Amino acid sequence: MDIFDFLSRVNNLSGISGYEKNVSDVVADIFKEYCDEVTVDSFYNVTGKKSMGGGRNPRVMLAAHMDEVGMLVTGIDDKGFLSFEGIGLDQRILPGQEVRVHGRKELLGLIGAKPPHLQKPGEANKAVDIKDLAIDLAMDCDDVKKFVRVGDTITFKSPVIHMNGNRITGKSLDDRAGVAVMVQAMKELDHLNYGAEVRFVATTQEELGSRGAQISTYDNLPDVGIAIDVTHGDTPDAPKEQTCILGKGPAVGMGPNMHPKLTHRMMDMAKEYGIAYQPEVIPGHSGTDAWVMQVTRSGVPTVLVSVPLRYMHTTVETMDLNDIKNAGRLIALFISSLKEADECFNY
Amino acid sequence: MLQLLKSLTETDGVSGDEGRVREFIKKEISPYVDKMITDSMGNLIAVKKGSAENPKKVMLDAHMDEVGLIITHICDDGMLKFGVIGIDQRVLLSKRVMIAGRVPGVLGIKAIHLQKRDERNRVVKADDMYIDIGARSKEEAEGLVSLGDYATFTTECEDIGSGRIKAKALDDRAGCAVLIEVLKDNYPDDLYVNFAVQEEAGLRGAGIAAYRINPDIGLALEGTTCSDVPGADEHMYSTVMGCGPAISIIDRSSYSSKDIVNGLIDAAEDAGIPYQMKRTMTGGNDAGMIQRTHEGVKTGVVSVPVRYIHSPAAIMDVTDFENTVSLIKEFLKKGACCK
Repeated sequence: MDIFDFLSRVNNLSGISGYEKNVSDVVADIFKEYCDEVTVDSFYNVTGKKSMGGGRNPRVMLAAHMDEVGMLVTGIDDKGFLSFEGIGLDQRILPGQEVRVHGRKELLGLIGAKPPHLQKPGEANKAVDIKDLAIDLAMDCDDVKKFVRVGDTITFKSPVIHMNGNRITGKSLDDRAGVAVMVQAMKELDHLNYGAEVRFVATTQEELGSRGAQISTYDNLPDVGIAIDVTHGDTPDAPKEQTCILGKGPAVGMGPNMHPKLTHRMMDMAKEYGIAYQPEVIPGHSGTDAWVMQVTRSGVPTVLVSVPLRYMHTTVETMDLNDIKNAGRLIALFISSLKEADECFNY
Repeated sequence: MLQLLKSLTETDGVSGDEGRVREFIKKEISPYVDKMITDSMGNLIAVKKGSAENPKKVMLDAHMDEVGLIITHICDDGMLKFGVIGIDQRVLLSKRVMIAGRVPGVLGIKAIHLQKRDERNRVVKADDMYIDIGARSKEEAEGLVSLGDYATFTTECEDIGSGRIKAKALDDRAGCAVLIEVLKDNYPDDLYVNFAVQEEAGLRGAGIAAYRINPDIGLALEGTTCSDVPGADEHMYSTVMGCGPAISIIDRSSYSSKDIVNGLIDAAEDAGIPYQMKRTMTGGNDAGMIQRTHEGVKTGVVSVPVRYIHSPAAIMDVTDFENTVSLIKEFLKKGACCK
């Protein structure tokens, strides 16, 4: 499956943290095309197992999360407008945004923006507070109450589209692009020799603190962990030292969360096969599934590969398709380099 | 009618760039009109002769242009800077736009993770924003867009809620659609229907069209503010959705003629069409220019209530739209207003 087709298919699905079943079902179906066995656990983590038979050593677990940021309904007023709370969102992106409200029925909604004609002088210079915003379902209160309850989830409506060249934009590329990297790695592995038993896990609840990865890593008991996530892309308004450049290849994480020898192996493979990569220094918490994988059971040597992404946690997350493909290729080559009791697992 | 609204609202036409909308409307109305003129600014004036022995000249006006952006600079890194036409800068972040009708772009903002806490309560000025079209350099961007290209939102027109639609540019493609429907019928008086340019740039187009037409009366059709939403006090509701076409008494640009207001009310009541009076004096429209043409023209304004105008997506009640068409038809058929 082409990577853009994969993203078109899974990114339009709604799956705020804790409510990933929709996405999980589709990802499981797609994994079946490339894996020997696919299982779904109680958190809706999808695990695809793949090996060439034989020794099946070491066991490598990959993790990329399927959940997305979103909102929750906090109230319904007497005219049927919804008040809501965001999770991990910049409130300034909200006015004028189209959303899907996941009640008993999925409803299209619009976060209303007050027109300039009705604003008081100077109002346009004050940031809108999420408390002053409401979702319009264009329905009467009685109808709204038939379908919506406080606590229902809300996601953005912003399908993935192509822009110039290899650039794409849309919602929830954080981190379904990471799942796309896994699909690319599966495809690449079909053309390589490898001794490992690979477990591709599309995880849930990352945005709530990598809950899905935590139970899945415990369950899979890997010798090596590879977390795949997105990292901040270069934009004019962001500090250069905190961003990676779109189109210049995947970022390889360095710092306390990452196993130094495995990380160097990853970089060596990139150099050997001429794949551009960007070292990304992360002083502490990587904010990815790697954080929990590293300390599961008696510890898992873990590496982190990230794909640069602009405007994270917005409806216009923007990436370069080549970075996704190169990340998949690099990871597959890295896996094929791993041997049973590889010296690089040691410290 | 819904297909007409979909085609009209999904066509891009920022003030100064109304060509696509004009061509679409020309095709739609050509079977129903006697003559069409496009003037020096791009106003499309359609003439439909009346059946009366001594017909009056009735000017109907709806503007084709919508709010949007215009590209002012291409940066070294391939990002685009822009000027704003009629949009609150606070609705721009995290939105998609289409440039020159063919190049998609996004208005992003650095991730929340990279912001300081107090930044989240600060407005990002339009001057500090940029459009990302996926170009990696100035040269690459220059191959795709040119200075002066226009950009607007990419909102799809679709059903929302109960009997309502969501779309961009309902201000004033809703008015354009009303007039296209009105033209399909026959009336005693001569109709001069002006599909105006540049309303959002300061009512620039309607004045010269009215001068050319020199009408006996003028009527502007608008998609107007509907503020029956949270955050607005009830006495500030300019119109209420679902309560029918809104008839204006006064706004920032014009006083409506009492004769025309009464004529509209009579037409509505005789035909049992629901209507409402616009309850705020905010906003302005082409009637302000038509009124002050030549020795002065009696004008009126009828609007379809539209929530969230001048933003990426607005909401309109389809029944309100249909009732607006009916009201204008009834009013014109009576032909009494000019006598």
